[in-house]
Amino acid sequence: MANDYDDLRQIKDQTQEDFATEIDYAYQTRRGLGEDIVREVSAVKGEPQWMLDFRLKALDTFMKMPMPTWGVDLGLLDFEEFYYFMRSTERKARNWEEVPDAIKDTFERLGIPEAERRFLAGVETQMDSESVYSSLKEEWQRHGIIFVDMDTAVREYPDLVREHISTIVPIGDNKFAALNSAFWSGGSFVYVPKGVDVEIPLQAYFRINAQNLGQFERTIIIADEGSNVHYIEGCTAPQYSTWALHTGVIEILVKKGAHARYTTIQNWSRNVYNLVTQRAVVEEDGSMAWVDGNLGSGITMKYPAVVLRGPRARGEVLSIAFAGDGQHYDAGAKAIHLAPHTTSLITSKSISKGLGRSGFRGMVRVVPGAVGAQSKVACDALLLDPESRSDTYPYIDVSEDEAQIEHEATVSKISEDQLFYLMSRGLSEKEASAMIVNGFLEPFVKELPMEYAVELNRLIALQMEGSVG
Amino acid sequence: MEQTLAQTLEIRDLHVRVEGKEILKGVTLTVRPGETHALMGPNGSGKSTLSYTLMGHPKYEIVGGEVLLNGESLLALSPDERARRGLFLAMQYPVSVPGVTLYTFLRAAASAMRGYGEAARRSGDQRLHAHLIPAREFRQEVNAEIGKLKMDQAFLNRYLNEGFSGGEKKRAEILQMALLKPRIAILDETDSGLDIDALRIVSEGVNRLQAELGMGLLVITHYQRLLNYIRPEHVHIFYNGRVVHSAGPELVEKLEAQGYDWVQAEFGV
Ligand SMILES: Nc1ncnc2c1ncn2[C@@H]1O[C@H](COP(=O)(O)OP(=O)(O)OP(=O)(O)O)[C@@H](O)[C@H]1O
Ligand SMILES: [Mg+2]
Repeated sequence: MANDYDDLRQIKDQTQEDFATEIDYAYQTRRGLGEDIVREVSAVKGEPQWMLDFRLKALDTFMKMPMPTWGVDLGLLDFEEFYYFMRSTERKARNWEEVPDAIKDTFERLGIPEAERRFLAGVETQMDSESVYSSLKEEWQRHGIIFVDMDTAVREYPDLVREHISTIVPIGDNKFAALNSAFWSGGSFVYVPKGVDVEIPLQAYFRINAQNLGQFERTIIIADEGSNVHYIEGCTAPQYSTWALHTGVIEILVKKGAHARYTTIQNWSRNVYNLVTQRAVVEEDGSMAWVDGNLGSGITMKYPAVVLRGPRARGEVLSIAFAGDGQHYDAGAKAIHLAPHTTSLITSKSISKGLGRSGFRGMVRVVPGAVGAQSKVACDALLLDPESRSDTYPYIDVSEDEAQIEHEATVSKISEDQLFYLMSRGLSEKEASAMIVNGFLEPFVKELPMEYAVELNRLIALQMEGSVG
Repeated sequence: MEQTLAQTLEIRDLHVRVEGKEILKGVTLTVRPGETHALMGPNGSGKSTLSYTLMGHPKYEIVGGEVLLNGESLLALSPDERARRGLFLAMQYPVSVPGVTLYTFLRAAASAMRGYGEAARRSGDQRLHAHLIPAREFRQEVNAEIGKLKMDQAFLNRYLNEGFSGGEKKRAEILQMALLKPRIAILDETDSGLDIDALRIVSEGVNRLQAELGMGLLVITHYQRLLNYIRPEHVHIFYNGRVVHSAGPELVEKLEAQGYDWVQAEFGV
């Protein structure tokens, strides 16, 4: 239901104060990658030996792995072109004048408060709302919930990190996971103790700083038995980045009877390659949901996965992608059924506009013995222009007779009759198309917290006008 | 948007082709402010084609003639521009729009018609909802209208026309009309699908709006029962793509009693 949320925003705006950072010195490695860089990064962060070893091993793996030759065109990607580590204060050096007008204009039209605009554009490195954050922090501590950035986790909870890192996404899972393991910086570490229900979603937003928006975010979430947690990463507003390569790894362990949900809305600027590995392992009676919105970046490869390891485990992947001119998404979802009576539901909605292109790979695997496994894959594509493109690639590998797999795919266009109907009530063609598109995305949007939902609808309208920077 | 209160709709020798075939073959008809015209004719004679054409559906190709609203040609205007000039069409078969609630749609449409988007753009108001009628105000207005039409408020949360019964769709069309306050309304078989009580409630709604707005009405129907409530001063027989005969309300009874066979003989069409 539409509802005004302006007031909420204003309150949030007023409580925003800068939050002093402990790390206050500038640091930047040379351009390109190599063992020297890995050692430098680890030394600057003051990491223990085991983490340095982890990084070095990952670099070695990365060097040996070939580039993926499927999905998207990575031919222009030159690893020597990038910086692999930069301290937050470096980014602060950028000033507001350097931010492209198109991005500023979008902030303006989305009604993003001033303080947030500067942060999102990378001009400010902090935007924590200390008062909101600290009261929540006390609450979390009282329940034994750990919610810190990964660097802090390595320092303060080394055993937990060491026990879990790369157990769900192995270093050599894919070339970009290896790259992330060698150079990771930023990301969150979350641990929710047995039986604890985290009522308010944990938002990276609360404790975000420039590093978390960095190129190699690493996030680990552990939902211990019977717990319940919702983690939200990213925001709907466009994030301007001069870093052209973003390679994140997110690992989630959902233990017996626990429920976890990870919501992300990605809206990087168009110069960005976004290559992310997201995977969750779900134990007996647990459930995991990936809610994944993709609006920005130029080239994206992303296939959130659920590995259903215990009986009756459930996994859900709900994703949307909006590919405008010059954007190419190769997205998808994987469900791997390793135990009896596991269920998965994969729903994908993609919109392609102009020359935008979106591809969806839906992969379902059921191993022998996973009796009674059920999976449903539904992907709907909406093409806004004659030259837009969408492809669906189902990969279904079922080795268990007693499994039930459904797959359906639809491709549609905005219907002339729907447009006419809405326009006959006074909506312009753009407003009418945006409304139809928002309706198409509604099954996704209604899973979002309200403030994200409202912003997303507005953003889609802007994207429909082709005016998002 | 400033609207002249009363509007006259003038259709002159209109010829329209659909997929290469001429369906309207010279329609001429004038609806003045406050007047009620009934348009009756056999299935497939082109009544809906006329109503879609008037509203500007892109599928209908105009090959001749003119449509004027207060002397200004509508033919080059898009459907939304026609709507903003005061034209409304209650459709025979309203389409559904999945994922868009009736409330969201009504608020957006009413806001667009009342110039909220324009105003926000002009004043540079960037707030998230600046282009919409304030939620509280609109909620009240909708609740009042929905009450008059004896509709259930739960409809507001349903997706537009999706899974609505035939009669529910027709009521929703009239709800839209009540909120958008047109000057000229075309009702294309609004009575079909309505039960006996609904027919009365909807008709009363239409009459009330007509009295309030001085609206001109073009009512397309097959049956007298609607015209017992919404009383036309002019009745037209539509046959094979044009108006072949016009008379007063007494014509309705003749049609009801005799059907259309005599039309061919008498008017040689
Ligand atoms: N898109 C189309 N393609 C082909 N023929 C069409 C199309 N739309 C309308 N027609 C034809 O035009 C003629 C007029 O149709 P129209 O719907 O206007 O009739 P009507 O008078 O409203 O009939 P009814 O009383 O059944 O509602 C019919 O023969 C119909 O089949
Ligand atoms: Mg008809």
